[in-house]
Amino acid sequence: MDITKLTITKIQKLLKRKKISALDVTKAYLARTKKLDPEIKAFITITDELALKQAKKIDDKIQKDQKIGKLAGIPMSIKDIYLTKGIQTTAGSKVLKGYIPQYSSTVYQKLINQDAILIGKTNTDTFAFGASTENSGYFTTKNPWNFDYIPGGSSGGSAACVSSSMSVFSMGSDTGGSIRHPASLCGITGLKPTYGRNSRYGITAMASSFDCPGPLANTVEDIAVITEVTAGKDPLDATTSSTSVPKYSKLLNKHKLKGLKIGLPKEYFSGSIDKQVKQKVLETTKFFEKQGAKIIDISLPSTNQGIAVYYVLVPCEISANMARYDGIRFGQSKKDIKDLLSYYLETRGAFMEDEMKRRIMIGTYALSAGYFDAYYLKASKVRTLIKNEFIETFKKVDTILAPVSPTTAWKIGEKIDDPLQMYLADVFTVCINVAGLPSLALPCGFSSNNLPIGFQLIGNYFQEDKILSIGHQYQQLTDYHFQKPKL
Amino acid sequence: MSSKKITPSQFKHIAKLAKLKLTKEEENKYLSQLSSILDYFDILNKIDTSKVKPSFQVTQLKNIFRQDKIKPSLNQDQALSAASKNKNNYFSVPVTINK
Repeated sequence: MDITKLTITKIQKLLKRKKISALDVTKAYLARTKKLDPEIKAFITITDELALKQAKKIDDKIQKDQKIGKLAGIPMSIKDIYLTKGIQTTAGSKVLKGYIPQYSSTVYQKLINQDAILIGKTNTDTFAFGASTENSGYFTTKNPWNFDYIPGGSSGGSAACVSSSMSVFSMGSDTGGSIRHPASLCGITGLKPTYGRNSRYGITAMASSFDCPGPLANTVEDIAVITEVTAGKDPLDATTSSTSVPKYSKLLNKHKLKGLKIGLPKEYFSGSIDKQVKQKVLETTKFFEKQGAKIIDISLPSTNQGIAVYYVLVPCEISANMARYDGIRFGQSKKDIKDLLSYYLETRGAFMEDEMKRRIMIGTYALSAGYFDAYYLKASKVRTLIKNEFIETFKKVDTILAPVSPTTAWKIGEKIDDPLQMYLADVFTVCINVAGLPSLALPCGFSSNNLPIGFQLIGNYFQEDKILSIGHQYQQLTDYHFQKPKL
Repeated sequence: MSSKKITPSQFKHIAKLAKLKLTKEEENKYLSQLSSILDYFDILNKIDTSKVKPSFQVTQLKNIFRQDKIKPSLNQDQALSAASKNKNNYFSVPVTINK
């Protein structure tokens, strides 16, 4: 039995029957990480000692027949923007190199409370700004399916990690597609929950009215188990919702495919979309039709404004959020500077990466005197239109089916000098964040050069249970999610 | 479509507001990149929003209050543990105003 091919539920069953130990599981994943990560470079920090210690503790509990957590013995990795008390957290940026947080993010703490085992912190574009991990201040993560290609981003380290079975699941964040995009490009499953479903507390802020922490895993079933643990009201994040958290893993067969109404938005199948991506995503509609679902052609006309709305509003929020990196309370700083203003200028100039500076500049410009109405206010109004189109559409359909990325993974270096081209990679994901809806990305095939293709099931607010259920039934009858790169 | 070229002096003003010291090389690169990104934003002007209210958040939350109670928090040592410089249990910064 290859332990690194099991799901959460299977590992838990074997643990409870004492067929394997948490230490066996942890050692298997650490060995694989040691073997593969020098080339794939998914991790910024590997926490092997801590992982072994946690595993022994869990085995102790099992030996003594004590109650164990819902994720006991499950090796996980976490995007390096989640604060982990006592463990370096860099946000993929040189700005926070060497920063040891004094407290933990709520989501990480909830996972640890359920006895999950931390294998390490994964690479990301600096502060999650990007779609390829090439904007990381450290290195570029490689796509496990082909090392010449990017893994997608910004949660690219997390996606590569799960795709190459270096952890059972990983936590990422999705501000404009940063979970779904790399999940899709690496052939795994990822959930961007409704805004406010998972707490943002203790996660370095990118755009506070968009940021959504969420999981990347091999199956929808695993995603459901993880989301049951992470979701819910957090007094430390006032924007979390008090909407009750359903037992997602018990509802996976609840929403029957027969009679289900699936909306197919024409704007998501035109323009820059690659032919093979379009074909594979449309094949999924045939699958659902065969199962008795109704495919309904719909239109979301404001989709074309999505990228512009997103790349006005998000840099505005970024420029405000990045103001805290002044080199005083945390992070790297320039030494021997004589006055405070020079200290700010030199520190921020020296340690912030290209994309960080670029987005701060865009945001500062758009918010500066004389431009607020033309950019921020205008984009906030179009945000209303995008949101309302979704709300109207969900009166007619149960879910919206669309591609995640217009293309498969691209070659490392291909788009790095053209930020606008990089932004356009988010064309099918950003509107969901602009509206704050949940969306589940799933693998649905491969291109002729053997790179994964994914699709997404967009749900109405707080209807994660419904899209998870539809996605789970898809995975019961297909096997794309079991296909793994040969490593 | 009119090009929204940012002038070098405008650019310098923005960098100053953002507290960013940029190299000449960075300045040249970002100037042209920013201009093409701002041009792209013109797409928003094609939409009539004269009767639309802006959205600043999306899940209809309003006025989240909490009790103003003292709760355990970081002690001084912990709070200062990541500071670049501290003195007498305070964050220490370079001179703010020169005499």
